[in-house]
Amino acid sequence: MTGLEAHLPVLQVVVPMLVAPLVVLLHPRGLAWFAATVASAASFLLAVQMAGGVLAGQVYRYALGGWPAPYGIALEVDAFSVLLLLILTGASTLALAAGRASLDRQIELHRQPLFFAAWLLALAGMAGILVSADAFNIFVFMEISSLASYVLVAGGPDRRALPAVFKYLIMGTVGATFYLIGVGLIYMMTGTLNLADMELRIHEVADQRPILVAAGFITIGLALKAALFPLHVWLPNAYTYAPHAVSVFLAACATKVSLYILLRFDFVVFQGNLAGHDAQFAAFLMPLAVLAILVGSAVALFEVNIKRLLAYSSVAQIGYIVLGASLVSVPGLSAGLLHMFNHALSKGALFLAVMCLSTRVGDLNLQDLSGAARRMPWTLAALVVAGLSLIGVPGTAGFVSKWYLMTAALQEGLLGWVLVAVIVLGSLMAVAYVWRIVEAAWFKDAPAGDGADRPGEAPLGMLVLTWLAALSNVWFGLVTQVPRELATTAAAILLRHLP
Amino acid sequence: MNPQTAILAALAVPLAGALLIGLAGRVNDNLRESMTLLTALALIACVWSLLPEIFAGGRPGVRIGEVLPGIDVAFRVEPLGMLFAAMASGLWLVNSIYSIGYMRGNREKRQTRFYVMFAVSLAATIGIAFSANLFTLFMFYEMLTLSTYPLVSHKGDPATVRSARVYLGILISASIGLLLPAIVWTYAAAGTGEFTEGGILRGHVEGPQVGLLLGLFVFGAAKAAVMPVHRWLPAAMVAPTPVSALLHAVAVVKAGVFTIVKIIVYVFGVDFLFSEPSSGWLFYAAAFTIVAASVVALRQQNLKRLLAYSTVAQLSYVVMASAVLKPLAEVGAAMHMLAHSFGKITLFFAAGSIYTASKKTELGQLSGIGRRMPVTMAAFTIGALSMIGVPPTAGFVSKWYILAGAFQADNYLALATIILSTALNAAYFLPIVYMAWFGKDVTPAGQQHGEAPTAVLLALTVTAVLTLALFVYSAPIYELESQLVRGQP
Repeated sequence: MTGLEAHLPVLQVVVPMLVAPLVVLLHPRGLAWFAATVASAASFLLAVQMAGGVLAGQVYRYALGGWPAPYGIALEVDAFSVLLLLILTGASTLALAAGRASLDRQIELHRQPLFFAAWLLALAGMAGILVSADAFNIFVFMEISSLASYVLVAGGPDRRALPAVFKYLIMGTVGATFYLIGVGLIYMMTGTLNLADMELRIHEVADQRPILVAAGFITIGLALKAALFPLHVWLPNAYTYAPHAVSVFLAACATKVSLYILLRFDFVVFQGNLAGHDAQFAAFLMPLAVLAILVGSAVALFEVNIKRLLAYSSVAQIGYIVLGASLVSVPGLSAGLLHMFNHALSKGALFLAVMCLSTRVGDLNLQDLSGAARRMPWTLAALVVAGLSLIGVPGTAGFVSKWYLMTAALQEGLLGWVLVAVIVLGSLMAVAYVWRIVEAAWFKDAPAGDGADRPGEAPLGMLVLTWLAALSNVWFGLVTQVPRELATTAAAILLRHLP
Repeated sequence: MNPQTAILAALAVPLAGALLIGLAGRVNDNLRESMTLLTALALIACVWSLLPEIFAGGRPGVRIGEVLPGIDVAFRVEPLGMLFAAMASGLWLVNSIYSIGYMRGNREKRQTRFYVMFAVSLAATIGIAFSANLFTLFMFYEMLTLSTYPLVSHKGDPATVRSARVYLGILISASIGLLLPAIVWTYAAAGTGEFTEGGILRGHVEGPQVGLLLGLFVFGAAKAAVMPVHRWLPAAMVAPTPVSALLHAVAVVKAGVFTIVKIIVYVFGVDFLFSEPSSGWLFYAAAFTIVAASVVALRQQNLKRLLAYSTVAQLSYVVMASAVLKPLAEVGAAMHMLAHSFGKITLFFAAGSIYTASKKTELGQLSGIGRRMPVTMAAFTIGALSMIGVPPTAGFVSKWYILAGAFQADNYLALATIILSTALNAAYFLPIVYMAWFGKDVTPAGQQHGEAPTAVLLALTVTAVLTLALFVYSAPIYELESQLVRGQP
């Protein structure tokens, strides 16, 4: 590793974080947006660059300020981090690039620089979580990203976002505090914050009560932030009332970043050291995952607001990811991680399509969509493609991860058949709730005298990027090698303690 | 054209056609219809150019790429798929001619969407016919379901959308809920899903599991409409008649029975399934469906609904024949797929012709109609005779082989079922035919009508002639399909 390449991990944080204060100064119309988009795109390129390196077998390690681990703060980027970095930076870039027209409508001009600065801080915070190999550093970045995302969610014109974000703030703070308590307890017992060091040292004190309590605090705190059922109540309103571009960004990656920490902590630090941790982990998470799939999908069946419907679908999809992880096997975890990637693709594309809709349709309720396909055929065709991926129709990304998940579940014997039934049931409910949107938009006539005067399609740039996202669902449904390899490598890393 | 190119072209042509039809639809209607006919002709050229190769025993294939390790998107043409593709592409042309007459005659709305989705569903059909493994088959199977939904819900009024929802609901639920787990199970057990002569599951599943897996496959392929997953078929009757023809003859239901026969022959293997007692239930389920659907058909007053239940029964002929698990019966199953297509498309064309000319849909209104619409009713008569299985029609030939297969297996219940169902078929078709020709004309004054448009008549004459031709000219089909069970006449 020479030159710039060695600094890639830290650049992932530094680029958006340094651009953020500069953006505040950019007042001329559109300039702040432009700077934020460029910074986000640069982060994406950095992530792609590292993905190339990781696929070639490299692991990026970086000692901040030259202080070697475990004394200094260490950064580490492996297959798991890079998979999430791709999702994060890709979603941010697409949401910003496509969202300009929508953001212009929703954010007043004079507040735009501040808004985009908050966006970059959220990006930097989440990227920081993903590259850190230090438990406390992760907490710091978690706070940065959380505070910035509260600003993002509340930044729109919808006043209902304010109570939503208050709930999000309370729950998020509780989650982060739980995490901090857990980390504090571990620090008390082991004297280290470095994850790799912790993994070694915790072994000596593994049977002590503070460690067990810490494991509980950390798992529950992060499950809260990851919106795992039944700790998901902050999520639907936050996604629904946020500005549309923010929904794209957060829906694709926010909860996944929290899941990332959860999985890393549980598998790497606790798995090999705490007796019976894997059984506990599975017994705790599997029922919740199953409930998330069933309840999340069932609620989505009855929602009338499209964004809320998709938000509840996210609750269910988090269930699939956790279900894969709760199998505590390499195929299961790979399936879950792959589903992180594929769900980000489909949900991102869906929210992009919703953003397109929002430029022409007043309220995003199902009955307002009647006949919308007549006016916006391209937008709704993209929505159908992404919806098919969410359902898991073969030929789309969503199918690949569900196939993996079913194959992994089948290795579990009789229990596996029950899980397959749950996955199938969840998919069937997905058919139903996606079809409610499709039917409303394509097969209902517009109410008389409505819509004739409104312009047709969404702005071209937004539409093109929406289609890019929709088609990437098809692309990654057929050419699956890159995400698959990252997911299986990541699963192998996480499960290295498995006997 | 070398076979590999022909396979790829057969998949690409309808899709490219769909695009061109969509673009032409913005210019004018005649150009759009010409595009449809051109695409159909081009598809026939591609598909039929493969026939000599398959007759000669070749099994050309193309591998597109690997989606997951061990799971490919790949195509391979074998006799059953060849027959299906040749039939679907040929009937599409006839159906397109008919559609032009029907859609214009009835002044239907959104005709461009109609022709575009028709072409897309043909691409899906070819994909199903040529698929080399379960995964590819499933992919195109779902594509066919989704692409026919806009056709079924064509009218767009609330009642139609409700029926279309039943259509989609049953087909998608069954395929995701049953077929997909069956496919995942097969891949997990056998390590592959390639269609292989002699099957792939021997030694990987055994005992009651075989019957269970077979059940997942058969009811998962709900397009074959084995009871109780047949409800979508009568529901789909709300569609315009050319779509009914597509569903009943060209593509959809045939995709269902094709999938079942293909899975029995190439995934389980006929011999393996025959040696497993737990697979025996399929025969009884199919026999039950034949009789029950015929009884329901007896009670129908609406012509299209009657035809729909007749289809349910006829499909189970194919399933039952394949479940007899003897070589001649498998040939009979393939043959019946073709024979039923010719006969049923003729019947639907006739029903649509009657509707276009007179807006009549109920059986009671048909009295004496034969004297007003002699061509239509002559074709209807031929189609009805083929359904009953009377010579000189196609239905007789296929029933002959199925019976021969039943004798091979000493399966007298199959024999009894066929005899009973023949009687029932006669009981619900012959009165219509008799009434139409010899009954009193009941057309109210002021609603006088003659024959349907020429395009409609042309199409139904062609299919009626095909129904007769298959009776005298079935040898090549036998030759082709006996390769399916090569070496065991």
